[in-house]
Amino acid sequence: MPFQALTGEALADRLAEAVPDSVERADGDCVWVEPSQIAITAQFLRDDPGLDFQFLNAISAVDFIDSFDVVYHLTSFRQQHKGVVKARLHGRESLSLPSVYEVWRGADLQEREVWDLMGIRFEGHPNMKRIMLWEGFDGHPLRKDYL
Amino acid sequence: MTGEQEFRGIESGPLFDRTWHIDRVEGAAVQGLKDTSVEPLSEPLIEVPDDLKGNLVVTSVDALVNWGRKSALWPVTFGLACCAFEMIATAMGRFDIARFGMEAFRASPRQADLMIIAGTVTWKMAPAIQRIHEQMAEPKWVISMGVCATSGGPYFGSYSVVPGVDHIIPVDVYVPGCPPRPDALLFGVMELHEKIKKYHNLRPGSRNVPGGTLAAENP
Amino acid sequence: MPIRTEPMTVNVGPQHPSTHGVFRLRITFDGEEILEVEPVFGYLHRGTEKLAEERNYVQVVTLTDRLDYVSSMINNQAYCLAVEQLLEVEPPDRGKYLRTIAAELQRIAAHLMGIGFFLQDLGTLGTPLMYCFRTREKILDLFEMLCGARITVSYLRPGGVFADAPEDFWPALDRFLTDLPGELSELEQLILENEIVMVRTRGVSTLPLDMAINSSVSGPVLRASGLAWDWRKAEPYDAYDRVEFDVPVAQNGDNYDRFWVRMQELHQSARIVRQCVEQIEPGPVRLDLPLVLRPEPGREAYGRVEASKGELAFYLFSDGGISPYRCKIRSPSLINLTVTEHLLVGWKLADMIVTLGSVDINMGEVDR
Ligand code: SF4
Repeated sequence: MPFQALTGEALADRLAEAVPDSVERADGDCVWVEPSQIAITAQFLRDDPGLDFQFLNAISAVDFIDSFDVVYHLTSFRQQHKGVVKARLHGRESLSLPSVYEVWRGADLQEREVWDLMGIRFEGHPNMKRIMLWEGFDGHPLRKDYL
Repeated sequence: MTGEQEFRGIESGPLFDRTWHIDRVEGAAVQGLKDTSVEPLSEPLIEVPDDLKGNLVVTSVDALVNWGRKSALWPVTFGLACCAFEMIATAMGRFDIARFGMEAFRASPRQADLMIIAGTVTWKMAPAIQRIHEQMAEPKWVISMGVCATSGGPYFGSYSVVPGVDHIIPVDVYVPGCPPRPDALLFGVMELHEKIKKYHNLRPGSRNVPGGTLAAENP
Repeated sequence: MPIRTEPMTVNVGPQHPSTHGVFRLRITFDGEEILEVEPVFGYLHRGTEKLAEERNYVQVVTLTDRLDYVSSMINNQAYCLAVEQLLEVEPPDRGKYLRTIAAELQRIAAHLMGIGFFLQDLGTLGTPLMYCFRTREKILDLFEMLCGARITVSYLRPGGVFADAPEDFWPALDRFLTDLPGELSELEQLILENEIVMVRTRGVSTLPLDMAINSSVSGPVLRASGLAWDWRKAEPYDAYDRVEFDVPVAQNGDNYDRFWVRMQELHQSARIVRQCVEQIEPGPVRLDLPLVLRPEPGREAYGRVEASKGELAFYLFSDGGISPYRCKIRSPSLINLTVTEHLLVGWKLADMIVTLGSVDINMGEVDR
């Protein structure tokens, strides 16, 4: 079975059935999930036998000035497919998102990194310390307004 | 608090929650260093106690002492980044730093007299470097290996990189390159040897300028 | 009644001869036994991702060299693949083969470093490390022929490689490949069945497979836990779909297995290089791309390779400008350290160093 990429629409269909009100929109590459629903969605993505996203490749965050995208790259070894889930946060101040730490332990250091460099807090993460920079560093350097 | 923790006598809560205050103190130290270290330091000078000044100097004693010092420079094991691999390669069979009596990389700064800053110095690392430099016994020398340690190099202008290790500790020899080849590092070591040979042991501030005129300018 | 001893929290690193760079741990010990661990990162955080947003697409290649500085070629490869995904181009065949050769030679060099320092941590005091460096120096000489640099190579470029290999590269590569099996078997005879190595590493710090997957562990560490997953097989890039190789996998996930998997991968890498040398045909090595690349706005790419430490990926987002709008680096070394606590707690102080060695981290990549 060749390794394939799941389209955003396919993911959106599965998600819409299982977790109502979770999907914001979808396109060919990825699906945007309602930020408050991300932890529940993650649970479903991991445990559903058809999706079986056991492996969290990466959590990235992108700054779009008036909003932030948090991007989850996922892989299933058994089903031999991969998918991309995004959550869009609006605004710039006191951003937060439910943590997926309980679903994928692999999120631990990556969520801390996003907090440190992008300034997005993850609710439910046990250890929201700065990871790369020191305590007392002013600002979050990967934001576009940090010069 | 779990029974295990109570039995072992550990305070409650995970370790990372109990270390917040340490993180804050360390962070403040880093930030303080970043805010104050804005100018590069000048070349290092040796401080000689006043009552030794003006003592008679026998040049052949100088020569002997200097020869001894230069023939067994022990570096402290201190790799920071990519350059560290060229430093290790220098210590391995092909380039063989043992020819200079330097193969004894010491894990403890107290046993070493040369510090090779091999790699990018970040502000978070800077207090540790300063501390290690202070722990080394006099006389001590510092080689700044690679453009990162010299000026920030490819990372110049980054929010977390020290623009040259000479902002936090004085440097004797700068070796350019990214990374410098092992041959270049050896050349830097030989330059340091030359420098050590010019050292007058009892005259103040005479590390490389005979007569020690620099001492008056740099108290 | 068990005897109660006073636990003590000590600081290991960032300057410590066995932390593989500037890694730092806070550890609570009870005697020799580790009770709690808190890894502290960031001592080599150089702001690569921010700097990448200020340089154009080709210039960023030089920054990728310096991430995992023992496997620069593979870092270049991941980044170039991501840029090529953005531009929707593919390098010419000869370029693909040259990339594969370079990347596999680099993998040999990087694994040799991992193995050498792992054994150094075990207390072998230099001898195996010298063996590893002997072979690595030969590879670095080959790289010097290709691009003039030993460590920071920047040989791979978006659209191919920087230049074709010089004439005398091929006989030199041939000599290297002829010598390699002998050198490796020397190393293997010395350590692979060595009783002290076995006793010190077998069954120590095991990592169960479900935990490895849940913690996003990848690369040799994942394969040592029993999952034969290799991105070169799953999503073949460059010339990997045209060569044959096996994915070594072990079952126990202990320190010995992690080390053993790396030893086996050395042979597979040499096998891939040999096949590439046979298959490579004359032709162009690089696409004729403009010097300043401008991908379409709004595009994103996730360029992924199987690096020596695990899954290395660059997530690029383009806004149509000359430099990446966002360049996120998925670093295997950092994410493999998610399991530090699990690996260390309950084991002895002396095993801690060895375990860190067997996970094979590189601080340039952990902190970026
Ligand atoms: S000078 Fe170059 S090789 Fe050396 S640490 Fe800096 S980036 Fe790495």
